[in-house]
Amino acid sequence: MYVELQDINKRFGTYQAADHVSFSIEKGKLIGLLGPSGSGKTTILRMIAGLEIPDSGDILIDGRRVNDLPASKRGIGFVFQNYALFRYMTVFDNIAFGLEVQKKDKAYIRQRVNELIKLIGLEGLEKRHPHQLSGGQKQRVAFARALAPSPQLLLLDEPFAAIDAKVRKELRTWLRETINKVGITSIFVTHDQEEAVEVADEIIITNSGYIEQIGSPADIYKNPATPFAAKFIGESIVVENYGRLHGFEEDRSYDRAVIRPEFVRVTKKEQELYPHASKRGTVEDILFRGNMLELRLNVDGVKLITYRSLEDAPLAVGEEVSVLIYRLYLYNNHQVRLVENAAFQSSDAFAI
Amino acid sequence: MRQKLVKWLLIVLGTAFLGVMLVLPLATVLVYALRQGWETFSQAIAEEYAIKALNLTLLATFITVIVNTTFGVFAAWAISKFQFRGKQVLTALIDIPFSISPIIAGLVFILVFGRIGWAYPLLEAWNIKIVFALPGIVLATIFVTFPFVSRELIPLMEAQGSDEEEAAALMGAKGLLIFRKVTLPHIKWGLLYGVILCTARALGEFGAVSVVSGHLRGQTNTLPLHVEILFNEFKLTAAFAVSSILVLIAVIILILRNIVEYRVKREER
Repeated sequence: MYVELQDINKRFGTYQAADHVSFSIEKGKLIGLLGPSGSGKTTILRMIAGLEIPDSGDILIDGRRVNDLPASKRGIGFVFQNYALFRYMTVFDNIAFGLEVQKKDKAYIRQRVNELIKLIGLEGLEKRHPHQLSGGQKQRVAFARALAPSPQLLLLDEPFAAIDAKVRKELRTWLRETINKVGITSIFVTHDQEEAVEVADEIIITNSGYIEQIGSPADIYKNPATPFAAKFIGESIVVENYGRLHGFEEDRSYDRAVIRPEFVRVTKKEQELYPHASKRGTVEDILFRGNMLELRLNVDGVKLITYRSLEDAPLAVGEEVSVLIYRLYLYNNHQVRLVENAAFQSSDAFAI
Repeated sequence: MRQKLVKWLLIVLGTAFLGVMLVLPLATVLVYALRQGWETFSQAIAEEYAIKALNLTLLATFITVIVNTTFGVFAAWAISKFQFRGKQVLTALIDIPFSISPIIAGLVFILVFGRIGWAYPLLEAWNIKIVFALPGIVLATIFVTFPFVSRELIPLMEAQGSDEEEAAALMGAKGLLIFRKVTLPHIKWGLLYGVILCTARALGEFGAVSVVSGHLRGQTNTLPLHVEILFNEFKLTAAFAVSSILVLIAVIILILRNIVEYRVKREER
């Protein structure tokens, strides 16, 4: 294991930012620390970097305990949320700073910085100052600056938070590809599950200071270990009286269920395929989502949401339709359980 | 139409007020100083005690500005870049000189270092003179002008945050390098502005210095004190002539101040 946290605790006044946090990360992996704001994910990142000191527990990097090692000696590159570029230095000087601190010789610095500027695709902008760059360009410079001293571990704090939505998607792909190209072990913090799922090899879900689940995005999506994970990953609608739905029995130890839009299939009444597993519902609202339609359904008093392709037969608001629910997650305060539609026997239906 | 009237009324009122309250008295100083001809004027300025007073004032100002700049930067750094208990108290303490009458500042030093002060026997034993000597004048001036530099810097440095410093530190840069490369470029104009204000105030300091100086001509008499002595001896022309030196320096500082202020504003954009 390349990075290991062993039973880390950290408290700020009454706020428990890290509560018995333990996890380990393999070399070369791209890890997403995912959680709502205030869940302690940034604190964990800052403790690994050495910007915060844990109250107890050990942090190991490459087998060595680094608790007492100052931030600058840990061989870490850090990309700050708002980049923290040196605003009175040019792009070139920003990237060169870490190397100059290490007193590398001029020729090497020049060569290394040019190499990185090429990597981030900002050739020709070396002499610009940060305020002359766009958000995405700043992000790239911050990335290059963190990489310049060839760190062993790259930490990114909400790397896309300050960038507008359109550029963000583009930059996600870019970052993932570039990190893979460089081959550096990286941990990034985000509150956006879509971002974590898209970028990370592995996701660590944090919630009020402790870790809910660790796993690959698909794994967490398919088998959420805790109610929090079930609700936080993917789009989810929480349903209380799930016993009314066809194919699902009320289980007394679980009082609520999570149903994802993709677990729900809507067909026109006439085209109903699995009458024994389906139930009639009404379309309450139809929202145009650009590349698909979002349907708001009412199935015997249970409100559901699902998506429908624009190619499918059009539906009208108020129309009665057949609703098939493939599966749902039952949960209470402590546990979560995946339940398949019992009446729906056919196995050819659905795969993620 | 109405708006235009209000505008001109305000301009006229403002200009008239400034004219009567500021420009007229300053002009009077020059008129009085030159009333008995250039000869008398230059004699008053070139007089031995006046030159000594000028030198003393410049020396005290120089030391004060150096000390206050250094500690002002330290204080602003501590307050804006670190979180610690008692930060609010420290911030409030820095402002004390603004709210305390300078004469009290002077008396404080008399009470500590003077003949009746608790530190007096100690100073006596080591043969150090503070009150009625240069150190006392410098101390009093430092006390009165302390807030100027830090007051300018604190909002600037707080607005900047500590991200850039943190980033630099993470890359292994040491404190001095971080200050020189990251912090200083950001605060340089604000710092210069603070230094100019501090200089202006230190040059003209009267109250606190008057208490601790002892008014020894040619030894502990600063320029403002010298003006007072001349005035009390009814040497009006001489008093105004010496004053005009202070006015001249003030005008130069005012111009510098405006240039720097312009640069600060441009930097902020």
